[in-house]
Amino acid sequence: MEEFTVPIGPQHPALKEPISLRMTFDGEVVKHVDVRLGYNHRGMEKMAEERSYIQNLYLTERICGICSHSHTTCFAQGVEKLMEIEPPKRGLYIRTLVAEIERVHSHLLWLGVAGHEAGFDTFFMYTWRDREIVMDILESISGNRVHYAINTFGGVRRDISEAQKQTILDSLGLLKQRTEYYTNIGTTEPTFVARIKGVGKLSKELALSLCAVGPTVRASGIKSDVRKDDPYAVYNEIPFEVCTADTGDVFGRVVVRVNELFECYKMIEFMLKNLPVGDIVVKAPRRVKENEVVSRYEAPRGENLHYIKSNGTDKPERLKVRAPTLANYPATVEMLKGCFIADIPLIFAAIDPCICCAERMVELVNVKNGEASVVSFGDLKKLASEQYKKCGNKPEPVSIAKQLEKIRRKS
Amino acid sequence: MDILKTLLYLFVYPGLLFLLIYSTFCEWFDRKLYARFQNRMGPLHTGQSGILQPIADIIKLLFKEDIVPEKADKSIFSALPVFGLAIVCTAALYLPVWHYCKEASFNSFPGDLIVVAFLLSLPTLIFFLAGWHSTNFFATIGAVRVLTMLFGYEVPLLLALLSPAILADSWRLSEIAVFYQINPCLLLANILGFCIAVITLQAKLERVPFDIPHAETEIVGGVFTEYSGKKLAFFRLLSDIEMVVGAGLIATVFMGGFPGGLWWGLLNFVIKTLIIVFLLSAIRAACSRMRIDQMVSFSWRYLAPLAVLQIFIVILLKGFLK
Repeated sequence: MEEFTVPIGPQHPALKEPISLRMTFDGEVVKHVDVRLGYNHRGMEKMAEERSYIQNLYLTERICGICSHSHTTCFAQGVEKLMEIEPPKRGLYIRTLVAEIERVHSHLLWLGVAGHEAGFDTFFMYTWRDREIVMDILESISGNRVHYAINTFGGVRRDISEAQKQTILDSLGLLKQRTEYYTNIGTTEPTFVARIKGVGKLSKELALSLCAVGPTVRASGIKSDVRKDDPYAVYNEIPFEVCTADTGDVFGRVVVRVNELFECYKMIEFMLKNLPVGDIVVKAPRRVKENEVVSRYEAPRGENLHYIKSNGTDKPERLKVRAPTLANYPATVEMLKGCFIADIPLIFAAIDPCICCAERMVELVNVKNGEASVVSFGDLKKLASEQYKKCGNKPEPVSIAKQLEKIRRKS
Repeated sequence: MDILKTLLYLFVYPGLLFLLIYSTFCEWFDRKLYARFQNRMGPLHTGQSGILQPIADIIKLLFKEDIVPEKADKSIFSALPVFGLAIVCTAALYLPVWHYCKEASFNSFPGDLIVVAFLLSLPTLIFFLAGWHSTNFFATIGAVRVLTMLFGYEVPLLLALLSPAILADSWRLSEIAVFYQINPCLLLANILGFCIAVITLQAKLERVPFDIPHAETEIVGGVFTEYSGKKLAFFRLLSDIEMVVGAGLIATVFMGGFPGGLWWGLLNFVIKTLIIVFLLSAIRAACSRMRIDQMVSFSWRYLAPLAVLQIFIVILLKGFLK
């Protein structure tokens, strides 16, 4: 067979979100990979410049649906530094608690997705069923299952009662038991292990030089974790280990995530038992002095980075978000080279991609000559209507008043 | 009278009508089991506990838009589903479920075991041609995988089917069945072959862990990527009927066939095929998809030698019995 190039995506069943991976195949083996982004531009950063800080807190929450707490915490930490306020201990504990519960839900979700990509749907159904327990815990704490909205500048918005503590501890027992079962299946089921062992290799050196983050880099044997390297919130008070694996393949990434789950349970238990008494929030000013800050946060997928520049008003001058998925793309390209077609979804899913979180810009590429250009919205509109005319359509100006009259006449 | 009987045989029981109804029932049974294994409910709304869901699905597909790709060879593209369906229905006719009269049915002849096995391997070729003529990248990859997999499972399946035939000293399905009805203890000698046959049937039906040719997350719909509407409905029906025929073949050869006249024979047929469908569903729920190279090496490293071992066991046993 000759070499041929095939676009995987932007629409493909293995990809839940739009991204285009242009792959060159030699038979069933991948020779070359080209990642194309920009299919889901949401204009979040521009939007942030037009909103006040407190509004932006809820905007950043919506960058991602799975690690929503990661983005708000990252943003809130940065803005708190700009405002020069220090949240009370109890507030920080609750913030960290939600962060760790979120990590549990994200990792369980990922385990299910990995199972599904490998064609192991039973695993997928089971892990997602038990993920409901975590979702219920999150709902009991914050009132929401997805966008918890627990953060505010200077602390958190909701306190945890003794009764809530008890219910969380009770459900943790069940979760631990189930996770042990999944660990057993995920690391010993022969057909599943055969699919993930030795697939998507990423050596230690390559992982370092390509700046991979999160479980991807930890699975290559590098102890890189913002929670330990640059502790924020209360991570310097909580005992926990950074989980690593030395295999550097998808199997290693499964092991790292599963072990992290157990670390999370330990941390949640510790935080609930040692929850300090006191306030949960301090008052935050509306306006922020002119300054700039970079805030780091270890999201379930890896290091999350927010850059915030303030200009003395109640709106930020610039917000830059670097989601962990973006940092993992270069490593993914390396991992995909030389793999089988059958391994593509597994390797790609192993970085736990959240494509829409990572999309920051759109570039217009001419398909014929490959030229890239930046076009204003007005020009884009003109181009679209020209193309529409070329296809033999006559765009007619539509008058809303006339349309309304038509409807009225009919009725 | 004879003509009427033959027509009844061809179109009602155990011919077309029975096959259509029973295969959809088997699909429902499989789906329901698979769902319960996964802690889900499965089909629920159409009919009593969703029993009519497969029929509803097929009727719905029949009314959907039917698209033929521009670059595809239109006549072959459209003819293949019909051919495939006809082939598996023909294969079904050779199963010894005909018990209106004492003597074996008119279509039973020495060597029909091989004919059924051959007819059951033709759908694979149909799938390959379907994928190849779709001219779609994913369909082409699927088509190549279909053929590659065929080289993996076909030999162990045939070897596994032969061992009970050797013991029964006949290559005629009804005679094999009668032999084991007389000596049911000898069925135990074929247990290894039975396991191999069930696993290879799973591969023939392209279900997890062998759903490599239409692995959804890798190559979209595989060979069926370009198929829609009526043609896809035919292919789905084909897979359902193939499952029934495959299960029926294994039940005939390894489980002593379906004795007891019309009604008991029917009951025997249903129970025995459902046992095999149960096993197929259990395998489907317990595994993840293999890679094509793993599948081929698995069948040549383990299945084929074990099938040969089974034949040895049977030959030794036969010498011992004489």
